[in-house]
Amino acid sequence: MLYTVIYCVYGDVMKIIISNSSSIPIYEQIKNNIVSQIMNNELLEDEALPSIRNLAQDIKISIMTVKKAYDELEKEGYIISRQGKGTFVAPKNNELAKEQAQKEIEEYVFKIINLSKKFNIDQRDIFNLFDILRGEEND
Amino acid sequence: MINAVEIKNLSKSYNNGFKLGEISLNIPKGLIIGLIGENGAGKTTLIKSILNIIKIDTGNIKIFDKDYINYENIIKEDIGVVLDNMFFPELLTLSDIDKIMGDIFKNWDSKLYFDFLNKFNLPIKRTIKNLSKGMRKKLEIATALAHHPKLLILDEPTSGLDPITRSEVLDIFQNFVQDEEHTILFSTHITSDLEHIADYIIFIDQGKLVLNENKDTIVDNYGILKCDIDDFNKVSREDYLVYKKNKYSYDFLINNKSKIKKKYRDFVIDNISLEELMILMIKGDK
Repeated sequence: MLYTVIYCVYGDVMKIIISNSSSIPIYEQIKNNIVSQIMNNELLEDEALPSIRNLAQDIKISIMTVKKAYDELEKEGYIISRQGKGTFVAPKNNELAKEQAQKEIEEYVFKIINLSKKFNIDQRDIFNLFDILRGEEND
Repeated sequence: MINAVEIKNLSKSYNNGFKLGEISLNIPKGLIIGLIGENGAGKTTLIKSILNIIKIDTGNIKIFDKDYINYENIIKEDIGVVLDNMFFPELLTLSDIDKIMGDIFKNWDSKLYFDFLNKFNLPIKRTIKNLSKGMRKKLEIATALAHHPKLLILDEPTSGLDPITRSEVLDIFQNFVQDEEHTILFSTHITSDLEHIADYIIFIDQGKLVLNENKDTIVDNYGILKCDIDDFNKVSREDYLVYKKNKYSYDFLINNKSKIKKKYRDFVIDNISLEELMILMIKGDK
């Protein structure tokens, strides 16, 4: 498959990068792009997001895909849609973001446990590895 | 109204033995719907049936909630059409077409028509006879759009276009559906055109409707499970739709990717493109 990146900038406000060769579904890539910008304060509370149809045309993705991303972002509390006015960044909820991150970490830990069981790797080795990598990060 | 087009129990047989149907499906308003299938699968027959160019044997069709025959004249004001074969006489020039279409459609917009010709670099004074294949296609697209339709029915609108023009045309289609009342039904065998922008995929094979599905559902749930020749029996029948034997491996078409990934951890499970899906469904064994 060809490697394609679609890059799009909304006046300095919103950035979206989508890779067609990624195994992450496109709606999730859109979500991740927006969530990380909210978390990094690149998108601020009450800032207007492009309409679903506008964004779909600009990143050359189907309307339903963008809608799915927006629907989930709204369900998770990142954005709010106001009837007839558009979609806006919701007040930031750090607790929610932390919960989300914890869930993600759990999944990774699961994978580590499964892999280490499969190849009979000692738990201590994994903790050691963790300490080493963390140490490197602090340097 | 949530559907631009509603088709119930449509069937059409030809003397040569080809039969389309029975087909029942809805084309939801405000979206881009892709129609795929092999040459001769019945895509054009379906499109011409909707347009009442072909008389169907059974079934009924509603467009914008109205019976497609009783209200044909009203309905056709709001439909823009691109058919696989050019329908204009060869000796007309592009500005002749403006005059003719102006007489046919109440909403014909000459300015919009010439804007499109300009955008597509089409020479106004030239006769249709002297246009290249790509130019003819662009002319048809301009004509389809220039009377402000609500529904575009396009049979192979991108065939014969170079990649740059194709992407321009796809952008025009996406721009068209910025209006939530606008709908596009779009047949093509260049499935990559639909991979990105289509919301639903309708797949016809040998006159039968084999798939009518949200494109994201296809992308998220369908896939190919690959295994070696020796492992064929390790895949249970209930887990795949069809399979295809290759020289060194088997490809199984699956429609429950996340469940299958958990069950068959040692096998490769790939995402599937619309093209691969089409090939597997047509060529695969049950």
